[in-house]
Amino acid sequence: MSNPDNGQAGRALTERELRSRRARNVALGLAIGALVILFYAVTIVKMGPGILSSSP
Amino acid sequence: MSFVTDEETLPGSRIAYSVAEPKDYFALLKPRVMSLVVFTALAGLLIAPGHMHPVVALASLISIAVGAGASGALNMWYDADIDALMTRTRTRAVPAGRIAPGEALAFGLILSIMSVITLGVVANLLAGALLAFTIFFYAVIYTMWLKRLTPQNIVIGGAAGALPPVVAYAAATGTVSIESFVLFAIIFIWTPPHFWALALVKSAEYGRAGVPMMPNVKGPARTRLEIVLYTLVLAPLGVAPWLMGFASGVYGGVAIVGGAAMLVCAARVYKIRAGASADRAAMQLFGVSIVYLFALFAVIVAERSLALFSAGWI
Repeated sequence: MSNPDNGQAGRALTERELRSRRARNVALGLAIGALVILFYAVTIVKMGPGILSSSP
Repeated sequence: MSFVTDEETLPGSRIAYSVAEPKDYFALLKPRVMSLVVFTALAGLLIAPGHMHPVVALASLISIAVGAGASGALNMWYDADIDALMTRTRTRAVPAGRIAPGEALAFGLILSIMSVITLGVVANLLAGALLAFTIFFYAVIYTMWLKRLTPQNIVIGGAAGALPPVVAYAAATGTVSIESFVLFAIIFIWTPPHFWALALVKSAEYGRAGVPMMPNVKGPARTRLEIVLYTLVLAPLGVAPWLMGFASGVYGGVAIVGGAAMLVCAARVYKIRAGASADRAAMQLFGVSIVYLFALFAVIVAERSLALFSAGWI
């Protein structure tokens, strides 16, 4: 997807558009972070702490 | 994805970019419905025999909640045209133009797929399949098919809202049981009197939007009769968990008192048929039905949590 404010789209984003885009990005980052933590915790619970060991 | 592309095709128009806030996307998940789903699913988890690790239980509940929210987003995507015609729903993000329809569709589909896969991996395949069926039933069978076709829409579609305890029980045990189906049946039979009480008051709006709700199609008299009949089934059914031995006498007492209150409210709706007092009676039943269902599941959650705490599981 092209960057909407790099000139190709025809105009720069307004203050409100920039603010809402930043808020969406922060929310998306937090959601992905929470998902990573959840999957990590479930993996440790289901497979045990031994999964962290490199020995066979 | 943040373009509102429809406006880009208009000659001379100013290119519009999304100004949707995270709260608009959160609202697409229908958080109030989602909270009820979490609550009833938690009851389904807690009545299951055996022990489920709290982290796995939490991940399962989150998956079920997100799956329910995803079906809500798909519902709002498909129903944007009729949502725009009703005062109760016209400020939703899609009809109000804050989120483009395609974005709502993508949001719902991605969350649906992710929630089903997560529940399947974290809990088991049966639970994942049941969640997929629940989403399909709500988004396709109810929203796309029944809602605009028959006044029995919320009766049959209510199955989707009633399934979370069964999905959660399956997540905990890998199977389903008569206990989880009793919880399903309580929510299923509760749905018609709950929604038809609201539909009696909002029938003009539903009629304007072309949604065939019971009061518009069969008339208010038939709706009032069916509200009473469903409540007559619901009141004893609500007591079943106590009679079957998977809820305590405290639950039994709450279910009896709550069932009696539901019957009194339903009788008032049946008796008072005109004027503002008729609307008040209907809205009173609507409100009491929410408290009733909440109370039943709150008692189950509380006493099961207490038992787990006493046993040292939590």
